[in-house]
Amino acid sequence: MWQYRIAFQAIAGKEIRRFLRIWQQTLIPPVMTMVLYFVIFGNLIGRRIGEMGGFDYMAFIVPGLIMMSVITSAYGNVSSSFFGNKFQRSIEEILVAPVPNYVILAGFVAGGVTRGIMVGLLVTVVSLGFTSFAIHNPVIVLSVILLTAILFSVGGFINAMYATKFDDVALVPTFILTPLTYLGGVFYSIELLPPFWQWVSQLNPILHMVNAFRFGVLGVSDVNVWAAFGMIAVFLTVLVSWAMWLLKRGKGLRS
Amino acid sequence: MTDALEIRNLRKVYAGGFEALKGIDLTVRRGDFFALLGPNGAGKSTTLGIVSALVNKTSGQVRVCGIDQDRDPEGVKRMLGVVPQEFNFNDFEKVHDILIQQAGYYGMEKGLARRNIEKYLRQLELWDKRNDQVRMLSGGMKRRLMIVRGLIHEPELLILDEPTAGVDIEIRRSMWAFLERINREGVTIILTTHYLEEAESLCRNIAIINRGEIITNTTVKELLLQMDRSSFVADIKGDFGRVPADNPYLMQLREDGSIQFQVHRGDNLNQVFELFARAGIEVVSLRPRTNRLEELFVDIVQADQPQPDGAVIRQPAVAGGNV
Repeated sequence: MWQYRIAFQAIAGKEIRRFLRIWQQTLIPPVMTMVLYFVIFGNLIGRRIGEMGGFDYMAFIVPGLIMMSVITSAYGNVSSSFFGNKFQRSIEEILVAPVPNYVILAGFVAGGVTRGIMVGLLVTVVSLGFTSFAIHNPVIVLSVILLTAILFSVGGFINAMYATKFDDVALVPTFILTPLTYLGGVFYSIELLPPFWQWVSQLNPILHMVNAFRFGVLGVSDVNVWAAFGMIAVFLTVLVSWAMWLLKRGKGLRS
Repeated sequence: MTDALEIRNLRKVYAGGFEALKGIDLTVRRGDFFALLGPNGAGKSTTLGIVSALVNKTSGQVRVCGIDQDRDPEGVKRMLGVVPQEFNFNDFEKVHDILIQQAGYYGMEKGLARRNIEKYLRQLELWDKRNDQVRMLSGGMKRRLMIVRGLIHEPELLILDEPTAGVDIEIRRSMWAFLERINREGVTIILTTHYLEEAESLCRNIAIINRGEIITNTTVKELLLQMDRSSFVADIKGDFGRVPADNPYLMQLREDGSIQFQVHRGDNLNQVFELFARAGIEVVSLRPRTNRLEELFVDIVQADQPQPDGAVIRQPAVAGGNV
């Protein structure tokens, strides 16, 4: 990897510069959306809901909303950027260069992770205007956020590899990611659900990530935190292997 | 010394079943300026795409400067500079940023990258544009920028796929001078082009590919020696109807009033002038109908078309000639 550090820096640097250059489109909108969630769900509706998981509703939803913004930003950054590179054929600049596939993947993922974490930080700072919380376990907070950002960046990469038009980039976030996130315990504890739906919810990987993160922040979780780490590790292994296989085949890149 | 490029039995069958390359062999020596010519869809870009790792091969072997593409793909890429046919920039990036990134992909430290960027941008008269976004550049500037990008890591072998397409003649000639200079400095160049004049004036060796097969592979000199006739166009004053119709020069009156004719090897132009003089026709000016290589190219490719009985004639049937 060390001999390819400059190539990695070149790809990652380009990706980071890209989303910073258009910060009005990449950093501000997710923060605005979360502010609306804080105001409407946390402040207005949350007052009527009262406590959830032993915390006031606003504090309860903050970790989930931070996680939601990280997931969508990391995924969206890599899927749109990599597809844009494919569409403009500027990906050929990298394909003709002596850059191994794992460095290409790592470079794009680094861009997604950086944007995801930056948006997560901005949402965290904004959330402090609505509620206050202490970090229960910073190591879990950092590791969950980092692994989740990596996981969804790789997911966005795979989406872009398969995509043949811009609509394809929006399909997975609209029909898979958003429903799984909303049903992933961001706004409620699954204890509120009947046992069958609790069991169904356990199959949703985002539920485990949101709860692991919530445990790191608040110290409460609907799931076993270590099982959540295990699930993230399994998904990460599967998605990285999938992405590497696609790169090796040149899916959508080489005829 | 190993050859710059060795291709052995290279086949490419696309997903739909189209066989773009039918097991071609090709060798390009180090220091050569080599033309790979062929009609549209003949397999030129597929061949160069496989060498550049932009197209997956079906079978066969590719070695660049002695390095096997299957065993050390990154090693091959380090030796190669690629200038594709179509623009493949991010239009919103600046010239300098694109080049510094490209140098980064090749693992170049920024100091060396900046020196090479300045050197090649100045040589190709783009230095003043270094801070412009690509979308602000003209087509000719983008072509030159692609050459700079392909050279930034100082490759041994430069692949140019239609490098001067759509470029005006003045810029084209300055690009030719630049390419000749870097070739003299040791860079092997493989060129595809539809401007046969370009191939004739720049290249020493040539291969013609048609329908996925190499049908000619020789030196430009040898190829031109195969020509046994040349076509000319003469602007005349006088009545063309007075020229005997049974003359051996296949004379034709063109729409613009000029005369087109062919002269075979062994004949000379004096005989044609005598024929015109006897008919009381004054020749005002005379020019070749097409570039010599272009005439030969058309003959070779036409001769390679399948005959009604399915046979293919592999020798130039009526190879054009120069007198």
